[in-house]
Amino acid sequence: MTAVLCLQRLARREISASALLDYYLTAISSRNRELNAFLHVDETGARRQAQAIDHRRAKGERLGPLAGLPVAIKDNICTANIPTTCASRILKDYIPPYDAHVVNRLREADAVIVGKTNLDEFAMGSSTENSAFGPTRNPIDPTRIPGGSSGGSACAVAADFVPVSLGSDTGGSVRQPAALCGVVGLKPSYGRVSRYGLVAFGSSLDVVGTLTTDVADAALVLGVIAGPDPRDSTCLRESGEDYFATVEQPLTDLRVGVPREFFAAGLDSEVEQAVRTSLSIYERLGAKLVEISLPTSPHALAVYYLVATAEASGNLARYDGVHYGSRITGTNLLELYEKSRGAGFGAEVKRRIMLGTHALSSGYRDAYYLKALKVRRLIKADYDAAFQRCDVIAGPTSPTTAFALGERANDPLAMYLADIYTIGANLAGLPALSLPCGKSQAGLPIGFQLTAPVLQEERLLRAARMLERQLRAKP
Amino acid sequence: MSVVTSRFGEAMTTPYETIIGLEVHVQLQTRTKLFCGCPTTFGLPPNSATCPVCLGLPGALPVLNRHAFQLALRAAAALNCQIPQRTKWDRKNYFYPDLPKGYQISQYDQPLGGEGYLDIPRRIGIIRAHLEEDAGKLTHEGNLTLVDLNRAGMPLLEIVGKPELTSPEEAKIYLEEMAGLMRDIGVSDCRMEEGSLRCDANVNIRVGDEVTPIVEIKNLNSFRFLERAVRYEASRQYERFQRDSSFRFGKVPKQTWGWDEVAGVTRPQREKEEAADYRYFPDPDLVPIRISPEQVAAARAEVGELPSQARERLASQYGLSSYDVGVLMGMGRTAIAYFDRASAACGDSKTACNWITNQVAAVLKETNTTLDAFALSAERLGGLIAAQKRIGLSRQQALDVFAKMIAEPLDADAAISALGVTVVSDDSAIVEAVRRAMAANPKAVSDYRKGKKAAANSLKGAVMKELRGAGRADVVDRVLQTELERHE
Ligand SMILES: [Zn+2]
Repeated sequence: MTAVLCLQRLARREISASALLDYYLTAISSRNRELNAFLHVDETGARRQAQAIDHRRAKGERLGPLAGLPVAIKDNICTANIPTTCASRILKDYIPPYDAHVVNRLREADAVIVGKTNLDEFAMGSSTENSAFGPTRNPIDPTRIPGGSSGGSACAVAADFVPVSLGSDTGGSVRQPAALCGVVGLKPSYGRVSRYGLVAFGSSLDVVGTLTTDVADAALVLGVIAGPDPRDSTCLRESGEDYFATVEQPLTDLRVGVPREFFAAGLDSEVEQAVRTSLSIYERLGAKLVEISLPTSPHALAVYYLVATAEASGNLARYDGVHYGSRITGTNLLELYEKSRGAGFGAEVKRRIMLGTHALSSGYRDAYYLKALKVRRLIKADYDAAFQRCDVIAGPTSPTTAFALGERANDPLAMYLADIYTIGANLAGLPALSLPCGKSQAGLPIGFQLTAPVLQEERLLRAARMLERQLRAKP
Repeated sequence: MSVVTSRFGEAMTTPYETIIGLEVHVQLQTRTKLFCGCPTTFGLPPNSATCPVCLGLPGALPVLNRHAFQLALRAAAALNCQIPQRTKWDRKNYFYPDLPKGYQISQYDQPLGGEGYLDIPRRIGIIRAHLEEDAGKLTHEGNLTLVDLNRAGMPLLEIVGKPELTSPEEAKIYLEEMAGLMRDIGVSDCRMEEGSLRCDANVNIRVGDEVTPIVEIKNLNSFRFLERAVRYEASRQYERFQRDSSFRFGKVPKQTWGWDEVAGVTRPQREKEEAADYRYFPDPDLVPIRISPEQVAAARAEVGELPSQARERLASQYGLSSYDVGVLMGMGRTAIAYFDRASAACGDSKTACNWITNQVAAVLKETNTTLDAFALSAERLGGLIAAQKRIGLSRQQALDVFAKMIAEPLDADAAISALGVTVVSDDSAIVEAVRRAMAANPKAVSDYRKGKKAAANSLKGAVMKELRGAGRADVVDRVLQTELERHE
């Protein structure tokens, strides 16, 4: 059921918020043990919120735009008095004293916070296998990964545990699991949504995004969470728009850019086929396909793994066993640090902290970190140039469909390739979205990615909705 | 060889030159911390002035305190620093329990203040001035270390001076001048006892062509400690220099020592656990800042007249002695402005300076008030000085009027008539009084005539007593002199 449909039924009082919540809680209790999408379900808190909304509705009070809508939150987004673990042992028992900005916004809109979803530890990964609390499974085929790092949030929507969830996207962490689970994943422009309360991984790349069953729902939720926040200096001053009001309006004279680099070696043929079919649908709708080039895109992966890990090495320094989180004492301070961090972090997090520390260390900083910043500017310039010739850029979200659990667990480089098409938008700060565009013969979902110029979320959503309506109309 | 002044004041000659560079930390006088809204009030219960941002909780983000930036800019302007068009924030990464985020937000390669100088009055170069957040405070209790993060995130301006100071005394004067300037321009209260002014000293010595390795001395919590520590350290280095030929610059890395005031010695500090690679990188949570020419102009305007400029002007415009200038400047820039106004009101700057540095200063000290809050305005004081001269008030009369004018908002003439002060300026009455005083004090008269001119003062006192303090001072002087010389 889409969020829009849920809200219509709630508004018409065909169903109460409590009954709707019960429906989802039942689904969670029947299948979460198997899929491990949720790390924490706040049943008591959610029921209290749903009852309060029903009560207020009965009294005829004015309610927020998401009144009674159950929402799941990725467990790296802070929720007051509800555990926020980042799927890490080091924050196993951590309970934040404050709500993230996006959670504030959801609460103000009268959404019901159901619980916290699984992720790769500190959002580092593309399969949700790097969770200290066990992997999440793909609801379409539980032998497979759901993608990551927002695998729990994507799984929760795909498994009908909640109509909407929030994720975070540093290099594709919302779009890639959305593609692999067959849902819509939206990554807004960098700075469109406040990061206050989003536990930092790569601060110059991190964005809070949405996972929904369709594009209209994404427009609805983005309208609630977007906009300025004085607590985040990198949050843009531009106020959010009512994306939901315009999302059903098709775009005329649309120019769809198709980067030739996105259809090169490494792309699964079934994925390519589905993406090309969607491109032809655009043509049928009157859009013009424009072949474009993003010549620096082959370097994006390297740049990403330098910038994101460098920032992460600083961002994760605070988990030292001294102030909060788990502590293992030693005979001296150094031992306390080593033991607490040694036991608290998983292998992938340690790998990235070491990569980032190395990239910033004296003697290597110029060759790695500073050079990466320069190439990042070139990547952004590529996109700027491309957008001179087209309105949106289209291509696959992920080079493959969902792979089997454990298949790439010991091959970090193969795992990193899962993000090859998504990281460009993070490096350039652009809004991008993945929507389901078909299935493989094995029945696995395939994602179609659209990218728009910075702050052009409205265009992005309308372009995506045009395609989505055609894809869903097909028998 | 170098001549320095010992603590007892006599000149001493040392067989080496001391090279000193100070790193001064000044806590900016803001209401809230540098990147969050927590109060900067001193002495609150441990960890009570904290929030998710300064505790470094997951997900919290810093937001720059604009007022802190404005004060830092003002300080940079006062130190004649080059101010760039763009400045940014960097993370300085290291692990320590007083650092909740595992990094300190500071400024690395684009500080808001570039090269500058401070005239003390000798010109001492400034390498840079940058804004950064303070760390917390650790207290050790037995096996336990307690962390108080009230101080974490306090706005600090670090001012790195060139190694151009050449004696412990000069280092102390530099720090005093720096503190006075920062107070004067409202940047910091510079209370060393509360930690709002802190200082580390880099010290080494030159003997002939050879130079010793630099030692950084930390924990210099008072002006006196600074002077003592530097003196001790220089002599320690000289002693080591003489017996150890490997104790030369470049052969030993820079070391960090601490000052032990009780023992009166410097000691090596336990090195922090981390190596010195701070892996600086731009803080992605904060945006770079553009500094407009208007902002720089506004900062310079806020600074107004620098002490070095004031020093020069007081001497050239008013002809004040360097001693008077020093005393007046020691009272701060409000005293200079007060003096300017009082001088203009009475037209006698030398007398105005005397009044301010003596009587006014004494009253301020007695009543523990500042010049801003002083009841007697500069204009009224100027009026008193003018009236004293015009009417010929005696010293005691002028002091009485002064007290009356502090107690009540009267101008000088009103205060004089309220007190009923009268001045005898009639020559014949004064001649009478002088003659009576001379008859009563033959010893003083003969002393004077033997050449002891100071005896005139005691005779003047006697004349004033005869006149009940109401004699016009200049007339008394004139008549007394005439009478004394007449029978010579
Ligand atoms: Zn705070």
